[in-house]
Amino acid sequence: MTSPLLHIQGLHVEFKVYEGLLRVLNGVQMAVHQGERVGLVGEAGCGKTTTMKCVLRILPSPPGRITVGRITFHGQDILKMSTQHVQRVRGRGIAMIFQDPTAALNPVFTIGDQLMTVIKYGSRENLGRKEVRARAIAVLQEVQLPDPERILTNYPVQLSGGMRQRVCIAMALSTEPEVLIADEPTTSLDVTIQDQILRLLGELVEKRQTAVIFITHSLGVVREMADRVYVMYAGSIVESAPKEELFGNPLHPYTQGLMRAVPKLTGGGIAEGIPGRIPDYLNPPPGCRFQPRCPQAIEGCELSSPPLVQVRPGHEVACFLFRES
Amino acid sequence: MAQEILRVEELKKYFLTSRGTVRAVDGVSFALEEKETLGLVGESGSGKSTTAYTVVGIYAPTAGRILFQGQDISRPVNKRPKALKRSIQIVFQDPGTSLNPRRTIGQILELPLKVHQIGTRRDRKHRVTELLQLVELPADYQHKAPHMLGGGERQMVAIARALATEPQLVILDEPTSALDVSIQAKIINMLLKFQQEMGLSYLFITHDLSLMRNVATRVAIMYLGKICELAPTKQFFHNPLHPYTQMLLSSIPVVSEDEEDLKPEKVVSRGEIPSPVNVPPGCRFHTRCLEVGAGCREREPEMVEVEPGHFVSCLKFSPAGAFQAASAGSEEVDT
Repeated sequence: MTSPLLHIQGLHVEFKVYEGLLRVLNGVQMAVHQGERVGLVGEAGCGKTTTMKCVLRILPSPPGRITVGRITFHGQDILKMSTQHVQRVRGRGIAMIFQDPTAALNPVFTIGDQLMTVIKYGSRENLGRKEVRARAIAVLQEVQLPDPERILTNYPVQLSGGMRQRVCIAMALSTEPEVLIADEPTTSLDVTIQDQILRLLGELVEKRQTAVIFITHSLGVVREMADRVYVMYAGSIVESAPKEELFGNPLHPYTQGLMRAVPKLTGGGIAEGIPGRIPDYLNPPPGCRFQPRCPQAIEGCELSSPPLVQVRPGHEVACFLFRES
Repeated sequence: MAQEILRVEELKKYFLTSRGTVRAVDGVSFALEEKETLGLVGESGSGKSTTAYTVVGIYAPTAGRILFQGQDISRPVNKRPKALKRSIQIVFQDPGTSLNPRRTIGQILELPLKVHQIGTRRDRKHRVTELLQLVELPADYQHKAPHMLGGGERQMVAIARALATEPQLVILDEPTSALDVSIQAKIINMLLKFQQEMGLSYLFITHDLSLMRNVATRVAIMYLGKICELAPTKQFFHNPLHPYTQMLLSSIPVVSEDEEDLKPEKVVSRGEIPSPVNVPPGCRFHTRCLEVGAGCREREPEMVEVEPGHFVSCLKFSPAGAFQAASAGSEEVDT
């Protein structure tokens, strides 16, 4: 297999707050290959967005600090790049779509101002004003927004939530990135609009062969969008597998609990959720961070944290119940 | 046949704004039986929350009637008798804002008891502990402030507060949509347990159809201020009739093949919900409908009972061939 386009290795992040040190990320491992569609699932507060902020080097610091870890893009360590170099990677190399399109767009500038700025400074060539405008109209058409010329003159408030998210997608894709990070792009949208946006995103990245990291808390969305799924819990990846394998044969007790807790369209009631709540990052539990909530915890789980090991081809789990194959 | 606890007849709620009249709820009728859960489902802007708020009395209805156990309660909460308010309670979506940040959990839970003059001071203290126990929270939580609790725990407190006055009807306004699935599961199971034990009736507002499949006795779909389909849960999911319901169901991302099989054949969702200021003429859904006929743009469909208990508001199912006449000008004929 070729070396990954984007590779996160052993990423540890701490936040310094009044009460002490929050040990948020605890050795995140992730690999994204060219053109691959990766899903990152986890519940609120598990560190999904923090990981991605490290990738783009937009983690607010202080209070955040990357203590250990490597993030390589095309083999170069992003964490060691100069500021200018990182700025070239952002946009052209890696672009991001945020969860809340209302907060991602500046309310006092028109869509045209914002989109054309991105195209002007983000594109590889030196474009004139007319070319920038033509390209802006072209990307708005690509995300299927009606009447793009009018939309360029609109302010974000004049558009609906679904349309704003389309604008954000247009912005992220306008610079032809190699990796697109989509951070819960449909969480704030209705289900019929979500369906439209997901379909659109799927088509666009397929056409451009862009690699995508799809961040979500919804297992259903991941199943529709990803080829490979990473499950995150309390700051580390606990399971990773190709989509069919993960949904057909989830191994980690956390993944299993999550799958059970999702209400099914076929009915049958709702299984009991996972007892307890996500750990306090000030005093994370010793050993495996899921151990205090785990129904299958065994002796030794509280002694050390389990490494991510391959138990079947392409299927990795971080749990002492499983041995490396 | 169970007793009817709530009946809503042709309920309308309009808001006057500088940009025109917002027809948030525009003629909604349904009935809720004792000890049942009616799921009121719709996208944002469909009027589901406004309907709920009008039932609790946060808004005064513009037109229509609300009957609670046969008694007319179509007026805002400050004009309702106190005993009535005790019987109807609501749990809001966001427990972060529905709990007073400057009160302790104990004070929050005691307030409804004080307002309704239930018990002596000592009884009330005792009852607060009982309520916490009911929602499986430790008794010392009564000294904590809401911000010290997790989202799920706060929602438990909000539920305990709603149950403090021993209501008969509880309106649940998206009680779990701000929470993670593992916590949602716990809260939902708790709500179902309380319903069994206390004989509660729930009006459950949500946008999550998968959740409704597992919780509701009957499901009603709202679109732009009106109900377009209402049916017992099983029929609703196995035989969805309204084109909007089919679009909704086929848009849901699911986690297994079995569920995939249950979804109606892929209906490509298109368009967005129009503004309730400019409600389209005729059928409200015609701007997004894939099976739209000519008559749909002019005639507003009425609720028709297609099978026992299964109501649809679509010209396709209207008697006297309204749709056949309508579809004459359309290339897409009902199959």
